Amino acid sequence: MELFQYTAHEIADKIKAKEISSVEATKAVLSRIDAVEDKVESYVTVLPEHALAQAEEMDKKIAAGEATGPLAGVPMALKDNLCTKDILTTCSSKMLYNFKPPYNATVTEKLKNADTVLVGKVNMDEFAMGSSTENSYFKKTKNPYDITKVPGGSSGGSAACVSADEAYFALGSDTGGSIRQPAALCGCVGMKPTYGSVSRYGLVAFASSLDQIGPLTKDVRDCAAVLDTIMGHDPKDSTSVNIDHGNLLSALTGDIRGLKIGLPQEYMGAGISSDVMSAVMGAVDNMRGLGAEAQEMHLPLNEYALPAYYMISSAEASSNLARYDGVKYGFRAEHFDGLVDMYCQTRSEGFGAEVKRRIMIGTYALSSGYYDAYYKKAQQVRTLIMQDFQKAFETYDVLVTPATPTTAFGIGEKTDNPLEMYMADICTVSVNIGGLPALVLPCGYDAAGLPIGIQIIGKPFGEAQVLNAAYALEQTITKVRPTL
Amino acid sequence: MDYETVIGLEIHAELSTNTKIYCGCKNEFGGEPNTHVCPVCSGMPGTLPVLNKKVVDYAIKAGLAMNCDITPYGKQDRKNYFYPDLPKAYQISQFDLPVCQHGHIDIEVEGQKRTIGITRIHIEEDAGKLVHDDYGSGSMVDYNRCGVPLIEIVTEPDLRSSEEARVFLDTLKSILEYTEVSDCKMQEGSLRCDVNVSVRPVGQKEFGTRCEMKNVNSFRAAVRAMDYERKRQIEVLEDGGEVVQETRRWDDTRGMSVVLRSKEDAQDYRYFPEPDLVPIVISDEWIEEIRATIPEMPAQRKARYVSEYGLPEYDAFIITASKHMADFFDACVAAGATPKTVANWLMGDILKVMNDKELEEIPFAAADLAKLIALIEGGTISNSAAKKVLDEMFANPHDPEEIVKEKGLVQISDEGAIKALVDEVIAANPQSVADYKAGKGKAMGFLVGQCMKASQGKANPQLINKLLKEALEAL
Repeated sequence: MELFQYTAHEIADKIKAKEISSVEATKAVLSRIDAVEDKVESYVTVLPEHALAQAEEMDKKIAAGEATGPLAGVPMALKDNLCTKDILTTCSSKMLYNFKPPYNATVTEKLKNADTVLVGKVNMDEFAMGSSTENSYFKKTKNPYDITKVPGGSSGGSAACVSADEAYFALGSDTGGSIRQPAALCGCVGMKPTYGSVSRYGLVAFASSLDQIGPLTKDVRDCAAVLDTIMGHDPKDSTSVNIDHGNLLSALTGDIRGLKIGLPQEYMGAGISSDVMSAVMGAVDNMRGLGAEAQEMHLPLNEYALPAYYMISSAEASSNLARYDGVKYGFRAEHFDGLVDMYCQTRSEGFGAEVKRRIMIGTYALSSGYYDAYYKKAQQVRTLIMQDFQKAFETYDVLVTPATPTTAFGIGEKTDNPLEMYMADICTVSVNIGGLPALVLPCGYDAAGLPIGIQIIGKPFGEAQVLNAAYALEQTITKVRPTL
Repeated sequence: MDYETVIGLEIHAELSTNTKIYCGCKNEFGGEPNTHVCPVCSGMPGTLPVLNKKVVDYAIKAGLAMNCDITPYGKQDRKNYFYPDLPKAYQISQFDLPVCQHGHIDIEVEGQKRTIGITRIHIEEDAGKLVHDDYGSGSMVDYNRCGVPLIEIVTEPDLRSSEEARVFLDTLKSILEYTEVSDCKMQEGSLRCDVNVSVRPVGQKEFGTRCEMKNVNSFRAAVRAMDYERKRQIEVLEDGGEVVQETRRWDDTRGMSVVLRSKEDAQDYRYFPEPDLVPIVISDEWIEEIRATIPEMPAQRKARYVSEYGLPEYDAFIITASKHMADFFDACVAAGATPKTVANWLMGDILKVMNDKELEEIPFAAADLAKLIALIEGGTISNSAAKKVLDEMFANPHDPEEIVKEKGLVQISDEGAIKALVDEVIAANPQSVADYKAGKGKAMGFLVGQCMKASQGKANPQLINKLLKEALEAL
């Protein structure tokens, strides 16, 4: 087995046991990037010098017994909307093509303090808007299982780089499925934690009330280790919750006897491919075999989640993205006539089509005379969907659904049809509307060998239960690596 | 036809908290451009606001002092618009659930008590400043002021004249000063106001169409703007026209307002709840905690000055209108000065110099004025010398005793020395002496004046009077 193929906890153990150094692990990842990046194109910025310098420092700390955490010395990647001080943070947009933040995101800081090594910043749909990473200004990331297919999005770079062994783990952000959908399409583990459990400080905002940072990893254990590192209250984020999240790694017992699983039928019917359905139901059977009880049930209001999601997220985005005006940093149009024209030219040239579409939808939804019919209505729907979930969790411990309606689709296949592209998030958006934790892991492969993801949704702050269920299921699944 | 003016005001007051509203930057006026900024207040991508609790404390305090209801469950909202001084392209403000609502302030105009309704008080962040000079053709932005906490106080359209509005603004200013919610430094822009004016024929119940005036930078300008607008609207009506609802910009130098935008061009700010912040939940305990910190307010203090010190109503009103002035008064009295004498000095020479020099605060210590008064009352200096000392205290504040020494202003109260002066003057002015003897009272004044002159103003005038009279009678 090659060094780059190990999971994060395996490589961390080797480093801890002084079998290898952090520098060696980093070099392994960097040469892997050299070897496959031409095909996968998951990175926007690779930081070889920075990474090696950091790895050397980590080796010193490890030798001195100062770095003992579960991720010490492990090379990783960050989605390019997570701020890294003095390191490009582009959001895969022309608008921020040259933007180097003057500060670190809280998660960047936490991973640094956990003695990890930052290898680079990975590609995404521009400002996290999209489901295929085709909306990046810089490049189109490919699915490591089939480079004619998309990796999903918006955290497509994070999923592809982990799947292609170009990093031991990565962070992504999830507003409507942006961690879970690419994790499903690229065959890795991805989790969106409960809203408020990971600080958003330093995550370039798309939709503030839905955005949440989470890990993309090679297995469930890694996912728990990364969450243990990045979760926790942050006084810099007013929406971050001040509770004790406990230790998630120690929750992985694999014992799911008596676990009550709800199978919402709204996600099991039309529109879900038969390959996906049979893999998911097979996985549910495996869980039953481990002693869990699974039952069909209903979330009647969930069908309104997608439209509510596009209203709320676009409205917030229209305001969050207004600051990119050419005045202070980033891109400014070269030719303009006066202030207003400078704004217009800069924003017309600096943003891609999808971002502009969402800004227009959001601006419209918030406009005087339309606010009540769109934004307010969507917020009311949100409350109802939350109640829908709340009721379900009175009976069930977790809910299980497919992660995506289909396996990875072809590059260019949906770019001309935004509505069809939006449907790629049909299984994941309601979780953001509800603020719930949800994890996706591979549960099988279709006839073409493309990964199929299953989603496990938990109660608010029920990360431990979700991770343990996923951990138990993972033991029953045979993983197939991509061939690159 | 007789017209009645209807005025409503929107006042922005900068709060005197130590730090800004959503970050830890110092809340300080001035400084080199862009030195009081951080990633949060300069709106860097990814940053998040965290509400400074003190801002809510101050807003509650202002609200209680203005008899408002405090909103138990409030929220903050985004007001979206593009301008280079607004780095996030939205201002965090409050839309439908402000911290305070339904209050009122009592004012007194020409002996009449009036109650002016306060619609609401909300908290919000200030924007930066554009700097147009010194940088060639372009404009530069200074973000130091970004995130400075403000309260916006909105009144009901209850004011009926510019005079009422002026008294209201003075009263409001003193409330903000007394509660120490704002330092109210007009020159630093701590207090700014927008003015809404309409007119209607006397007796008409419905309001006329209103115009809003922006860029009113002082109370004096506010009064001028209101008077101008009243006149303009009446002229439009008298000419058979209709007042158009619009926003106008007051140009104080030209003494006129010009149209900024019409109602049709009104901006749609697309307010929506700020998702980066949590609701503002204010408990009864919190309110009571703040209520306990509210000091004696101007009206109570005025009553105390009248009953305790016997000051005239008017003097008490003027002195208590400014917390600074009233605190100064109290400190002088505490230092042993007679209240009435202190009031006379404040109401007379001190206010005059402050108005002339447009000072917002007395530059010297209250103890020094008490000392000055003691010097006069002890006969060390004359009243006229005291005025010279006061001038020096304004110009270069230091111990009045020192000033008296430096300037050689010690009053001559030595009878022998004055007798010698008197004799000299009598010898040198036989004509005036003859006039006095002939019963011309004026001659006495002249001779006293000559004695004062001979002493270079230092002789004790009472002694001159006494000794001169004795000498003349003895002739």
